[in-house]
Amino acid sequence: MSRTNPRLVVVEGASTGGYGGLDSARTRRRLTQIVLYALLIIGALIALMPMLWMLSASFMPTGEASTYPPHFIPSRITFSHYADLFTRLNLGRYLFNSALIAVVVTAVSLVINSLAGYAFAKLRFRGRDRAFRILSLGLVLPVQVAMLPLFLLMKNLHLINTYWGVIIPGMASIFGIFLIRQYALSIPDDMLDAARIDGASELRIYWSVVVPGILPILATLAIWTFLATWNDFMWPLIVLSDEAHYTLPVALANLSGEHVQDTELMMAGSVLTVIPVLSVFLFLQRYYIQGVMAGSVKG
Amino acid sequence: MGVKAGSTPRLTTPSDVGRAAGLFLAPALVLIFVFFFLPVLASLVLSVTDFDIYAIASPSSTRFVGLANYTKLFHSPEFWQALRNTFYFAIVGGPLTIAVSLGTALLLNAKLVRFKSFFRTIYFTPFVTTLVAVSIVWRYLYHTRYGVLNYGLAHLGIAPIDWLGNPHWAMPAIILMSVWKNFGYNMLIFIAGLQAIPQDLYDAAEIDGAGPVRRFFAVTLPLLGPTLLFVSVITMIGYFQLFSEPYVMTQGGPLRATTSVVLMMYEEGFRWWRMGYAASIAFVLFIVILIATLIQFRLQKEHA
Repeated sequence: MSRTNPRLVVVEGASTGGYGGLDSARTRRRLTQIVLYALLIIGALIALMPMLWMLSASFMPTGEASTYPPHFIPSRITFSHYADLFTRLNLGRYLFNSALIAVVVTAVSLVINSLAGYAFAKLRFRGRDRAFRILSLGLVLPVQVAMLPLFLLMKNLHLINTYWGVIIPGMASIFGIFLIRQYALSIPDDMLDAARIDGASELRIYWSVVVPGILPILATLAIWTFLATWNDFMWPLIVLSDEAHYTLPVALANLSGEHVQDTELMMAGSVLTVIPVLSVFLFLQRYYIQGVMAGSVKG
Repeated sequence: MGVKAGSTPRLTTPSDVGRAAGLFLAPALVLIFVFFFLPVLASLVLSVTDFDIYAIASPSSTRFVGLANYTKLFHSPEFWQALRNTFYFAIVGGPLTIAVSLGTALLLNAKLVRFKSFFRTIYFTPFVTTLVAVSIVWRYLYHTRYGVLNYGLAHLGIAPIDWLGNPHWAMPAIILMSVWKNFGYNMLIFIAGLQAIPQDLYDAAEIDGAGPVRRFFAVTLPLLGPTLLFVSVITMIGYFQLFSEPYVMTQGGPLRATTSVVLMMYEEGFRWWRMGYAASIAFVLFIVILIATLIQFRLQKEHA
């Protein structure tokens, strides 16, 4: 944004000379600007409308969200649907399950992926590049292909219907290793060698040289993993059959079958499902957005 | 390696580094092998067996059936419909999503616009929301009588549309929601791509008298080539895996109009426990995605 458009400079230069065409150029620029902002604001309204309606409907008295013409603002604000969800429908439990699974997966996968990503980037060993290429092939394999045998494997390990059944497959990810490796490649070898000469063990080097160096990408990956795990639906749906272990999306999908007429209740459930991920994103978006943009250009 | 082995006393030898690498890699590689690569291979094996609900109780009753599952699949009208639905979703929804992403990226890259990061955050928000939750929300927005969408259309004089109940409208409805949900991610990648295009090129084109449209096709689009390939490959791979939207919004209906390949695999495998058959569906999905990816790489090469 520090760049100035040469054309604008020319136009402004002309203005001091009192050139006759300047007004029309300025008007045109102004008009373009208005059109651009109009488009941006319409786009923003479309992007936000479904979530604003969800939030508004969740506070409406029962039945008000199913009226014509639709209400956009609750006639009277009620928290009864939220209360219902927690008292009658066990939502606190699902919230806890989702949070537990997402936090454990994020923490464990961060350690495992960063160790592997760093090793692929910086530690020399035989067959490293070939091993990495084979691993990268996995990026094009759709996860659904693995799900049927994975279910049978989990059944044999007695992990069906447990938190571990969801957590374990998420503990390492090819995408995560890939992202960390790309970033860790930029760590100077001299820095690692200097630490080695100082007698630091490899684990110590990882912890006190590598981790601080790759902190930005760790932040990105942490947010990414948390959001993806929280929002994940298909695998938890398959592996968790007992309500006590349901994550929020699974519970919500289940609930929406039974309570399809309770629009306001379903909206309150949706709000509670979305708010944690939305807050994580809004508070940490600086790391997240930059990471997505940087990763894509390099990758 | 900047340090010569003899010159300074080294406490770490290359074999130490190798051993450390092994330790660092082991957890990730073991997990990925056992819980991903092995199941993928097992899926191929599963697809040539008649593994079903009885086999879950006693796996020894499973028999090798050769390509029978695949033969059955290719003779199943349900499968062809699921494949058609999935292609419909990917081929219409993919380019539409990319077009909206590119459009918003260009808007946000315009020099006359301020508050860029504010709008960028708003546009990105739908992407981070929980798919199941927003699918439920959209189900109500699409409601024939009370839905906000039909209310808006009524103002334009358009009669109410039974979005999710009409087989012709159900897939467009899911596509529309998916565009809304996903465009923000591609938009970010396009913005990064646009920022990498040197300003000199635009200046030169402008001096040569190229207008904004001409500049877009002569400068922006060609230089955005690699970004476009990346975006279209990941969008398409994602869209071929359509599952949650129809599962939540339509249960694959009406008249199977929104049953995708993955939804069919889920139902065959985890509702009816015909796991051998379901594995053949999964494998066809993989082949389809692989071919589509290769085609896009080829197209890109021809253009370059």
